[in-house]
Amino acid sequence: MKADRIFGLGVIVIATFYLYHATLIPMGFLSDPVGSRTFPYIIGGVSLLCGILICIFTDTITNWPELKVYGKIGIAILAMYLFAITLRPYGFIVPSAIVAVILSYLISPNIKKAVITGLSLSIGLFLILNYGLGLGLYAFG
Amino acid sequence: MDLVANLSQGFAVALTWSTLLLAVSGCFAGTIIGSLPGLGPSNGVAILIPLAFSLGLDATEVLVLMTSVYYGAMYGGRISSILLNIPGDEPALMTTLDGYPMAKQGRASDALVLSGVSSFVGAFLATIGLMLLAPLLARVAYLFGPAEYFALYLLAFCTLGGLASRNQIKAALASAAGLGIAMIGLDNQTGLPRLTFGELALMDGVDFLVAIVGLFAVSEIFIFIESHGKDTAIGVKLEKITIPVKDIVNSGLTMLRGTLIGFVAGILPGAGASLGSFLAYMGEKTLAKDGDTFGTGNPKGVAAPEAGNNAAAGGALVPMLTLGVPGSGTTAVLLAVLLTLNITPGPLLFEERPEVVWGLIASLLIANIVLLVMNVPMVRLFVKVLSVPPYVLLPGIAMIAFGGIYSLSGSSHDLILMVIFGLVGYFCRKLGVPTVPIILGILLGNNMEDNLRRAMIISDGDWTYLFSSGISIGLWAAAIGGFVAPLFLRNLLKKPKAPSQ
Repeated sequence: MKADRIFGLGVIVIATFYLYHATLIPMGFLSDPVGSRTFPYIIGGVSLLCGILICIFTDTITNWPELKVYGKIGIAILAMYLFAITLRPYGFIVPSAIVAVILSYLISPNIKKAVITGLSLSIGLFLILNYGLGLGLYAFG
Repeated sequence: MDLVANLSQGFAVALTWSTLLLAVSGCFAGTIIGSLPGLGPSNGVAILIPLAFSLGLDATEVLVLMTSVYYGAMYGGRISSILLNIPGDEPALMTTLDGYPMAKQGRASDALVLSGVSSFVGAFLATIGLMLLAPLLARVAYLFGPAEYFALYLLAFCTLGGLASRNQIKAALASAAGLGIAMIGLDNQTGLPRLTFGELALMDGVDFLVAIVGLFAVSEIFIFIESHGKDTAIGVKLEKITIPVKDIVNSGLTMLRGTLIGFVAGILPGAGASLGSFLAYMGEKTLAKDGDTFGTGNPKGVAAPEAGNNAAAGGALVPMLTLGVPGSGTTAVLLAVLLTLNITPGPLLFEERPEVVWGLIASLLIANIVLLVMNVPMVRLFVKVLSVPPYVLLPGIAMIAFGGIYSLSGSSHDLILMVIFGLVGYFCRKLGVPTVPIILGILLGNNMEDNLRRAMIISDGDWTYLFSSGISIGLWAAAIGGFVAPLFLRNLLKKPKAPSQ
């Protein structure tokens, strides 16, 4: 229930932000009857209404994970972010091996298995994606 | 006869070696994707899209590959339902109800064969239904103007939100979120940027492939991190595979009824395969003489939902191809494939690109036969795949997703956006917000707005024009009904709980 309240408030904030930005959309000089702003206004309005309704009619029955899990998801996101920015300069194999090891370890905490998985996945997938499917990735940047 | 000529043209496209090879590999990959819990058809197709494009295939070939994967996943979903009591994908949920009890009674292989045959009956007949119905519907679609299309898109969002989700408000929010994201980028009519927040990278808008892979595949990784992949990989023993002729004969009528129900459910925009299998199961439970034994391992309880969900998969292609409105999550992903290939689905597709449509239909017929062979005699192979542990599978999916998206755009921007979508998808699932309407919104948002604006140009700003034709009034009524009615039918549509392990 609390989660839905927070969620609803979040939606209201984002919808308001969206509506505000919709008012800043530049109008073309050759505008049609509807114009560039109407549809975003409708969408923003619907979202705002949904946000309010979610706050009123809360229904959450989810079981939220413990704090530790958020830590793990945070690590996974950080790893994927680093992967995203290192893929170009360092090529596919090294970054993907590191990320695969981290993800594998997060799912099943066994360092030996994770390292083997990570290395074989990164090399194996590189070979398949690059030579099998012709994706044109760089091995080492 | 038109149909014969069209079909022979289709088979001419489908029966080339390269197309056949694609159909077979698509079926194979699809069955694996379907059987792995946590990797459903929409997920699987989404991850494979970037790969398919980078192969440099032409439009028909990409479509053949993707729809084979789609059909394959629908077949494969039953395998883990029966053996592990975990649906391989959402539509296969109903199959757990009688499939798993059958497996516990030592009839796992009977259940697998029977469900394989039912899947074949459902999918094959639905493909024939698609073949007969789609051209007719395409003719009706000529009557659609911008006002009607606008109402049709609304109908898709409403039925999707109304039927497929637990909470109408959250489904409506999800649709609005998707539409809102679609607005980002250059305005189609004025050419001026909208809601880009001054970011150059957002000028092109948000690529729906990035959103799809993020929401479906990346969020799955977070879910598995949370659950430690507890749910999978149990050693399964499978006895010798025999054909349970008696069960198949007994369930013959069941399969046909399930097919009909599923096909109709599939055609309804937004309803999709989950509803098809659910209605087929519940219908059969009421109709069958031994309906009270459903849930305890009745073979008919396996045949009905499997015929239903596979027929729905075929049915869902009808509105997607003729009107450009997908009937389910996976067809939404397939629509993304079409749009990326610069193919606009709709009546004109049947006139201008018959080789695409009929080639697709012919390959679906072939794919079904391939799938029957793969899923009955070769089912053992896919059972083996189930033992791939999640700590290998999920990082693998992540790497394929990243590699695929990166190879399409070459921008780390898109990869970061994909991770953000993954996180959004994770919280959506936790909060009970459906993600399919988000995808649908991103896909259809610009078309929906364009049609609204065109309608208003025609009527010179008179909003009543939206309700001025019989078709549009009918569509509006159906949309409102589809959204509101489930509120009252909630108890009726409540899904029975899967039996405990």
